[in-house]
Amino acid sequence: MATSPLGDFQPGSSVFHRLPVGAKLSGLLVLSVVAVAFRGVATTAVLLVLAVVGCVVAGVRLARAARALRGVLVAMTVLAAYQTWQRGAEHAFVVVGALIALLLLATVFTTTTSVERMVDAITRWLTPWRRFGVDPELVALAFSLMIRGIPLVLTLAGETRDAARARGLERNPRAYLTPLVIRVVAHARATGEALHARGVGDEPPAG
Amino acid sequence: MSRIEIDRVVVRAATPGGPAPEVTVLRETTLDLTEHRIALIGPNGSGKSTLARLVNGLVEPTSGRVRVDGLDVARKGREVRRRVGFVFTDPSAQLVMPTVVEDVALSLRHQVRGREERTAAAREVLAAYGLAELADRSVHTLSGGQRQLLALAGVLATEPAVLVADEPTTLLDLRNARMIGDLLLGLRQQLVLATHDLELAERCDRAILVEDGAVVADGEPAEVVRHYRATVA
Repeated sequence: MATSPLGDFQPGSSVFHRLPVGAKLSGLLVLSVVAVAFRGVATTAVLLVLAVVGCVVAGVRLARAARALRGVLVAMTVLAAYQTWQRGAEHAFVVVGALIALLLLATVFTTTTSVERMVDAITRWLTPWRRFGVDPELVALAFSLMIRGIPLVLTLAGETRDAARARGLERNPRAYLTPLVIRVVAHARATGEALHARGVGDEPPAG
Repeated sequence: MSRIEIDRVVVRAATPGGPAPEVTVLRETTLDLTEHRIALIGPNGSGKSTLARLVNGLVEPTSGRVRVDGLDVARKGREVRRRVGFVFTDPSAQLVMPTVVEDVALSLRHQVRGREERTAAAREVLAAYGLAELADRSVHTLSGGQRQLLALAGVLATEPAVLVADEPTTLLDLRNARMIGDLLLGLRQQLVLATHDLELAERCDRAILVEDGAVVADGEPAEVVRHYRATVA
């Protein structure tokens, strides 16, 4: 089964589980800005240490962290090789190390925050915008759909790749991408129909 | 029982790039559906799904009218959708929330105010359908039968007067198909069931055979099924 780096909450009682969603997201944002604004070997090293400590404290399983990194392994390897070639090993460490650290910190966030809490937070943050016509519940629903959509798209991608392989077309990008895009769009359309059938959007939802 | 009136309805659909600019999916059809369990049968592409989708407003007629308990589906879609639940062939498209309990809670958002109360009500619904233990699971990890049962529970949570089911057992294995079929036929709601399962159709109170966008037989299920079998023999 395809796996997603998002929406994989692990129940627990660590300090990260207890922190408010806003505090965790703000922390992630601040560290992302730090990684860019104070780019350097020391910053990347500190970020990596923070990420590893964060994973340990949050109780992120090793397999879970490895899975999050495996998804970007190829891209990171290519990026590291390119940066080493263009600007040297030190720069490659700064760039790739920071990206890996932020990915692990994002994993800490998704592992310690249930979708329900994220949706609650989004609804709360958007409530003041209701007077400008924004429906917080509908935006939160869209967010949930996005989270739900990630493993679905990965599953469709896996099935489409297998189908292309079965026909000996694994090296033909069109044989993989065209049906994938069609299936994703068809699924989006079916989801729209399902929401319509369930009356979503018919009226403002109850509190 | 509710009354579903399909009054001289025609459905045409555009066919971009096709030999003709549009195709007639459903020829002029008039039906008055008042029975408890109504089966729609026919080959793939015959128009039975279109007929089923008209009842919930998922398909709009090109001409003619569809009314549910006197409510015009085109004009009173919101009210009609509260009366008419819809179950799709593929529950993956129907289950839109990340977890089982959240998905049922989505259905209850009009009926139950407050997130905690809604979650509690959703758990009660899940318990009623034997899904309580799956409440906090990701919908992505459920089996096909569990997904279809959850989709059904999500729709029935709102206690609609009519349930329209578009080939709900097509993707299921025999055991799950039988379980979902028995559940559907045991409901107190009026049921409009588009299906390829002729045994299921024979257990309904009325069957309608649709072929090439037209109703070609309508009446006692055993007789209609016999007619259908004869046409494909």
